Amino acid sequence: MTQRERNWLLVAPAAGWFLVMLVLPLSVVFIFSFGERGAAGGYVPAFTFEQYANLPARFTAFQNTLILAPLGTLAAMLIAYPLAYQLAVRTDPKWKTILLVLVIVPFWTSILIRSYAWIYILGGRGIPALIEAMGLGDVQLIYTPFAVLIGIVYGYLPLMVFPIYVSLDRLDKRLLEASSDLGAPPLATFFKVTVPLSIPGVATGCMLVFILLMGEFLIPLLLGGGKVFFVGNALVDLFLQSRNWAFGSAVAVMLIVIMLVTVTVYMRLIARLHTSRDDVSVM
Amino acid sequence: MRIYSFCVYLFLYTPIAIIALFSFNAGRHASQLQGFSGKWYGRALDNPFVMDALETSFLVAFASATIASVLGTLAAVGLQGIRGPARALFDAVIYIAVMIPGIVIGIATLIALVTVFDQINPWLAALWPEGGAPPTLSMGVGSLIAAHAMFTMALVIIIVRARLSSLERELGEASADLYATPFGTFRQVTLPLLAPAILAGFLLSFTFSFDDFIIAFFVAGSETTLPIYIFSSIRRGVTPEINAIGTMVMGASLVLLIIAQLILRRGDRR
Repeated sequence: MTQRERNWLLVAPAAGWFLVMLVLPLSVVFIFSFGERGAAGGYVPAFTFEQYANLPARFTAFQNTLILAPLGTLAAMLIAYPLAYQLAVRTDPKWKTILLVLVIVPFWTSILIRSYAWIYILGGRGIPALIEAMGLGDVQLIYTPFAVLIGIVYGYLPLMVFPIYVSLDRLDKRLLEASSDLGAPPLATFFKVTVPLSIPGVATGCMLVFILLMGEFLIPLLLGGGKVFFVGNALVDLFLQSRNWAFGSAVAVMLIVIMLVTVTVYMRLIARLHTSRDDVSVM
Repeated sequence: MRIYSFCVYLFLYTPIAIIALFSFNAGRHASQLQGFSGKWYGRALDNPFVMDALETSFLVAFASATIASVLGTLAAVGLQGIRGPARALFDAVIYIAVMIPGIVIGIATLIALVTVFDQINPWLAALWPEGGAPPTLSMGVGSLIAAHAMFTMALVIIIVRARLSSLERELGEASADLYATPFGTFRQVTLPLLAPAILAGFLLSFTFSFDDFIIAFFVAGSETTLPIYIFSSIRRGVTPEINAIGTMVMGASLVLLIIAQLILRRGDRR
């Protein structure tokens, strides 16, 4: 057996797995999106663009997603940057690892349970009760777009901190010293040296968070209470309640297309802004 | 700046602490503290639905993480020697696996498998020898393990490959110069150096599968995993029992994850 054959043999099981469990299912969704709904739900083979023509019926879901996903990404970035900066530039190396791990770890725990916690905090007996006790009147927090936004920022903050941290950590600290030696005030150093050099990390973080937000389902359901719904919620409704597979597939394809287009345009923009690119890391 | 960072950590961990706090609530009402008690933990552990769901979740997480770690590691090692369009295609597939929203993966897997099963089942029934009841393929533990293994395999490949590329190629060459067989090189040189990455990949895969709700929601058929149980309980109303289950799940994942992260980071430093 040659080295070449051996390599292929090693890759083959994983390749087969991806073929059956990823490529096949996505192809099925694509094919079904041109089909028709069966009388009792499900799918009837056809070739029609009817499902795509029907997409405006779910306009609100797309609108909510396309407003709250970028907003949530921006909010997470503004909160994450100072923390990443503090961790990368100002923290004793002895503590760096553990502090970073403490930021990343919540991301890998159940988003279901973490969102559930906010039902308490934003619900009637949580913050609204506190505000009322202070005599500031009655406020509704849960089941509003604001609650969804908080849930989003909370859920995806760790994913934003990590890439920004990496880019700031790799930054040559001597550049900062050089800048201040040459008489630049700290703020000028920050905005003219630190920020431009950390753009790859910021871009990676924003992209990761934005992509995940586009498919979000649990946070709008639990914290938006059915009033603020995303494309993900529309998909669940179409596949599990009304069993309209053809239309649901068209919605899913549209979601992926929007994601691909935004991400491609965004990457181009970032690449133009900054020629050196950072490698994408999932953690 | 220090105060700011402290506030962010507070923001990240307060909700988790609140769930834990309310799980020790003595009263029935989930949102009003009425004394301290561990009874909800007992109640949760005595609940047969919870224990069934826990067992299913464990089985699925263990099986899918094992498959993903073994096949993912093999693939990462094999990919090192593959170049050209095949490599680019494989990289694109891994990228898609990680980037496509979980909800789309869940839905796509559901409709694809249901369609395929509907085609295969009549054949199975026709080809099955007389006498026995023919097996029917349906959504359940098997499809869930397969779906989780797909996603986590992509993660393992990414993690192991990052470690492989940082390993010096010369190590392998030195071993070959000393007349080690390729398999011997793999077993005695590459594998021990990869072990931390593989272990971290396994732990991450396990916790991903154990915590996953969205893919399981579509792919699990009539089976109930722990996140599915928690989800349907939340829909019925908030109780301290959910808090107790949530606290235990969080506690277990936090420990596993911190171990995984520390292993990964120590591996990087060496």
